[in-house]
Amino acid sequence: MDKTIGSLAEAVSEIGDGATVMIGGFGGSGAPIELIHALIDKGSKNLTVINNNAGNGRIGIAAMIDAGMVRKMICSFPKSSDPRAFTDKYLAGEIELELVPQGTLAERIRAGGAGIPAFYTPTAYGTELAEGKAIAEFDGRHYVQERWLKADFAIVKAHLGDTYGNLTYNKAGRNFNPLMCMAAARTIVQVSKIVKAGEIDPEHVVTPGIFVDRVVEVANPSQEEELIRAGVAYAAPESQGAQA
Amino acid sequence: MTVNTREDIKLSNAQIAWRAAQDILDGAYVNLGIGFPEMVARYQPPGRQAIFHTENGILNFGEAPPAGEEDWDLINAGKKAVTLKPGAAFFHHADSFAMVRGGHLDVAILGALQVAQNGDLANWRVGSKGVPAVGGAMDLVHGAKQVSVITEHVTKNGDPKLVEKCTFPLTGVACITRVYTSHAVVDIKDGHFVLREKLADMTIEELQAMTGAKLHIEGSVADLVVPEL
Repeated sequence: MDKTIGSLAEAVSEIGDGATVMIGGFGGSGAPIELIHALIDKGSKNLTVINNNAGNGRIGIAAMIDAGMVRKMICSFPKSSDPRAFTDKYLAGEIELELVPQGTLAERIRAGGAGIPAFYTPTAYGTELAEGKAIAEFDGRHYVQERWLKADFAIVKAHLGDTYGNLTYNKAGRNFNPLMCMAAARTIVQVSKIVKAGEIDPEHVVTPGIFVDRVVEVANPSQEEELIRAGVAYAAPESQGAQA
Repeated sequence: MTVNTREDIKLSNAQIAWRAAQDILDGAYVNLGIGFPEMVARYQPPGRQAIFHTENGILNFGEAPPAGEEDWDLINAGKKAVTLKPGAAFFHHADSFAMVRGGHLDVAILGALQVAQNGDLANWRVGSKGVPAVGGAMDLVHGAKQVSVITEHVTKNGDPKLVEKCTFPLTGVACITRVYTSHAVVDIKDGHFVLREKLADMTIEELQAMTGAKLHIEGSVADLVVPEL
């Protein structure tokens, strides 16, 4: 078995129009910038994107939104240091938003990966984000029923990946990534280094390879924060001249 | 009638944060909300070390690194670069919020737009305009043994922030246990505000006049004493 793949373009080649795509990361931490940009190059449209945020600046998810690829965002916090991409489209009524409390978002994704169609949480009880949802009382407290979240694809960033798809992460870059790996029909991972099966100590594997389909190496991945400080705006090659 | 909101004697944000920090015990697991609540970490009493949790998956993170030494995979919930202390741990987001909702945190401290006398909190949006963003606020109010608020006692316009019933959209219902303000320390108990401490240079009547719900008194009210910072 070898889940490694040679190019970013090949890694995202199956993500077609209308797909639901989980994108890992919390802000820029753990964000698979190169996979996102490869998806922009592919130009898939009408996507539903699940991420904690909704992009920052003119790169990553914000650049997907700028490129008109995203029909709907499912996220907890669609704000950032430079939230223009999402804000402009949202206020113009050109993008749909499903706002989910952060812990509920994480648990919905976990549930999706774990085969649990719904669960009850105290989060959001009595607030506008619980409107229309089933409420139940357990041991004298009220809880909100939340449904699982699943996706056609997950694209995530990890640190080491072996040929079997076993993964480790870099520091807090872990965040949503292990959960999204579980919850998508196909999981595509960019890693800083591909190693042979056996080179990651099984005690150190965070995401077991059963949750991973494709692994592509990006040796020195970009960090969103550094791209934003450098004023980078990403656009697919054929339209870069127009955006410059 | 204009209420005298005693701007002349109010505590600074640093002083409010200092007062909240005095109640955090050695070894406590603590989540501080983004922004103002983060200041609480600066004022731990000598000899005590709390372990700070950030919902994006770190226990026991520390100060920001020097400029140029950031690892942008190592950030806090406010997306600021941080460092690690000995004994730190990483975990994914579902485990992180299990720590929150599962009752494993000792203290969570948040900011507030309004707090109601039954413990309802409004702190995530003012109305229905603009882009809504909730982050982890609705999760963080559930589970910690103490869920506290630090806040000015009144708004910039002089309106009470401690109220009978919140008028802004709620973050959580009956979730706040203690409020540290620019003028007082107030517990929430059995659906009431109970005044524990107030600035010495004001009367209970003055404090009541700038509070939107009845302040109950149980026994004595201590002076709220805070150092110059």
